[in-house]
Amino acid sequence: MNNIYMDHAATTPAFPEVLKVMEKYFTEKYGNPSSIHEGGQNAARAIKNSRKKIADFINAEDDQEIVFCSSGTEADNLAIKGVALALKDKGKHIITSKIEHPAVLKSCEYLENHHDFTVTYLDVDKNGFINPKDVKEAINSDTILISIMMVNNEIGTVEPIKEIGKIAERNNVYFHTDAVQAAGHLNIDVSDLKVNLLTLSGHKFNGPKGIGALYVQNGVRLISQISGGPHENHRRASTENVPAIVGMGKAAEITQKKMKKRNENLKKLRDKLISGIEKNIDNVYLNGPRKENRINNNVNFSFKYVSGESLLINLDMNGVAAASGSACASGTIESSHVLKAIGLSSDLAESSLRLTLGENNGIEDINFLIELLPGVIQKMRNMSPKCD
Amino acid sequence: MEKVLVAMSGGVDSSVTAALLKEKGYEVIGGTMKIFPDYEQRYLDEGGCCSLSDIQDAKSVASKLDIPHYTFNLKDIFQKKVIDNFVNEYSEARTPNPCVVCNKEIKFKSLLNKALEIGADYIATGHYAKIVHNESKRNLLYKAEDPNKDQTYMLYGFTQFQLEHTLMPLGEYNKDKVRNMANELGFEVHDKEDSQEICFVPDNNYVRFLEDNYSNIGETGPIFDTDYNKLGEHEGLYNYTIGQRRGLGISLNYPVYVVGFDKENNALIVGKNEEVFSKGLWAENLNWISIKSLKEDMEVKAQIRYNSPAVEAVIYPGKKDEMIKVVFKEKQRAITPGQSVVFYQDDLVVGGGVIKNSFS
Repeated sequence: MNNIYMDHAATTPAFPEVLKVMEKYFTEKYGNPSSIHEGGQNAARAIKNSRKKIADFINAEDDQEIVFCSSGTEADNLAIKGVALALKDKGKHIITSKIEHPAVLKSCEYLENHHDFTVTYLDVDKNGFINPKDVKEAINSDTILISIMMVNNEIGTVEPIKEIGKIAERNNVYFHTDAVQAAGHLNIDVSDLKVNLLTLSGHKFNGPKGIGALYVQNGVRLISQISGGPHENHRRASTENVPAIVGMGKAAEITQKKMKKRNENLKKLRDKLISGIEKNIDNVYLNGPRKENRINNNVNFSFKYVSGESLLINLDMNGVAAASGSACASGTIESSHVLKAIGLSSDLAESSLRLTLGENNGIEDINFLIELLPGVIQKMRNMSPKCD
Repeated sequence: MEKVLVAMSGGVDSSVTAALLKEKGYEVIGGTMKIFPDYEQRYLDEGGCCSLSDIQDAKSVASKLDIPHYTFNLKDIFQKKVIDNFVNEYSEARTPNPCVVCNKEIKFKSLLNKALEIGADYIATGHYAKIVHNESKRNLLYKAEDPNKDQTYMLYGFTQFQLEHTLMPLGEYNKDKVRNMANELGFEVHDKEDSQEICFVPDNNYVRFLEDNYSNIGETGPIFDTDYNKLGEHEGLYNYTIGQRRGLGISLNYPVYVVGFDKENNALIVGKNEEVFSKGLWAENLNWISIKSLKEDMEVKAQIRYNSPAVEAVIYPGKKDEMIKVVFKEKQRAITPGQSVVFYQDDLVVGGGVIKNSFS
């Protein structure tokens, strides 16, 4: 059977080099970075080295601005709750958008429910864009934080982060961006973007799972969300996950080198897939922007009269790994808050398919999909009760 | 190879169903419905069907059988068709039967549609009932071999199309045999308890469920005897079922039972034991399996609740097709509007409907 993986926004395979550098930190160089002895010092050096690579990856001035944690979700939690609790005497208003990742939305909700914060959830336009003017208008004297994602995970919209960064700077409000989906696909330059906090996740750019990082600009105050030792400069307690940190650093280093060429190729494949689907299937709707400011590996369509859930299973049975909506722990599809926010009816929102490309995808995979999909869609439409 | 989607709940019955069908040579796909409402998540620790842990159980059985497994999100449609109906029936002073509705609207409609969409020929469940497929004649439904486990009472809503695309292999076995098979197959679920009455009410306290989630479900009102003498106050009609004796808070020189509801006056009607018995009933929302429709009187055995035997009765067509009259040979106790009445000829399911009202 085929084995075509087109779910790179969910996770990516680790580079073999990543796995290789990680291995010895399990078996040979297993020291605790906090230990005084040589083994500990070696591990601490490895972390420092990796911290430097991540700092380079996003053009941070100082590697001390990188805080390693367990995931992108944890980094979002630390950014939002950490800053909010540090600044709660200054103000209790946060601005975010309706299409953020649940890690951001639920962190905001938590602050509303348990710490009396007020949160503005900005609308987006039909392609998922946040209007910087809306951000500006939402700022008031109580605003302490803006959190807007760099790239939307479902529909691939690249948000105007730089413009929002300028607005935040001018109004003296901290600005956090979740760049989990951007890393590896866009150049990330924290000083150019004028962000104060930025979230990364290792496994989205061919690093290991279980590791994320938060960029915290020097001078930004935040309160650690995990209490314990003084690790990560008092910003995240617990013994460092040394192998994963090393792996994430390696992945960033490799990604940085090959990014430009790879991304041009992905963009071509993406456009071929989009035009192939639109040409061969009727009643399809592209979700997200068409070309400009769409991330280079994201394809998201709604197929009228088709259940996205069943479509995924049909593709899986044909050896194609894809996604629809957002998956939850039990493996079900929950209807997408992002597709609702861009104005899709619930029928169309539930008929979506997300294909996210990665470097192992070639033109033959795209051609296979373009061949396969029309038949599968037609068969499903023929028996769909929504048709009658 | 014929393909079948087995509805797996994580329990013994559906796990063995999947194993049996695989052994028979079907290409088996496991599927679990996610129907549990988010607002009741907090009660999940107390058990409850189709919880995350049940889905995990189903997945582990599927992996043991080396079959693929998928989860289907049917929360919205389950809410709309089953839970809303459940709530509405109680607010109308009727006693609903959500499993009947779920089988008809969810399992053998929405989930069957999913099965067909993913290219399966059949859906299979671990119900104890026998389906006989007939190409040229009607497809039929029979009681299970194990009379204690027979579930046909919940399954009379089948259309011919649904029957044609459904398999129920457990109808041939008794429960002990099924448990043994689960044990032999090495399923960790083999000693799992049978599921409780209403899957979306995990603590089995439907009054609590209604009051927590639907605060305007009913108000206090008068309790009358059958001559409309006021005897006391009730706590909301949804708290009571016909035939109930306990918890009425009335002491007379004879035992009193709930004999009916007067929805218009929000009144609970109580009476003597003999007043709980009725000669017959009217049924609506009918579905016929062994016959196309009821054209003339028919002698049947009729079952008026899940846990009582079918008794001799004659069914008569109503003036219109939507209703029929059922007259019992002997008076029946506590005929309950909202519950189903199912008709049998020996083991064959003729059809059934929902009880509208009784008459004496």
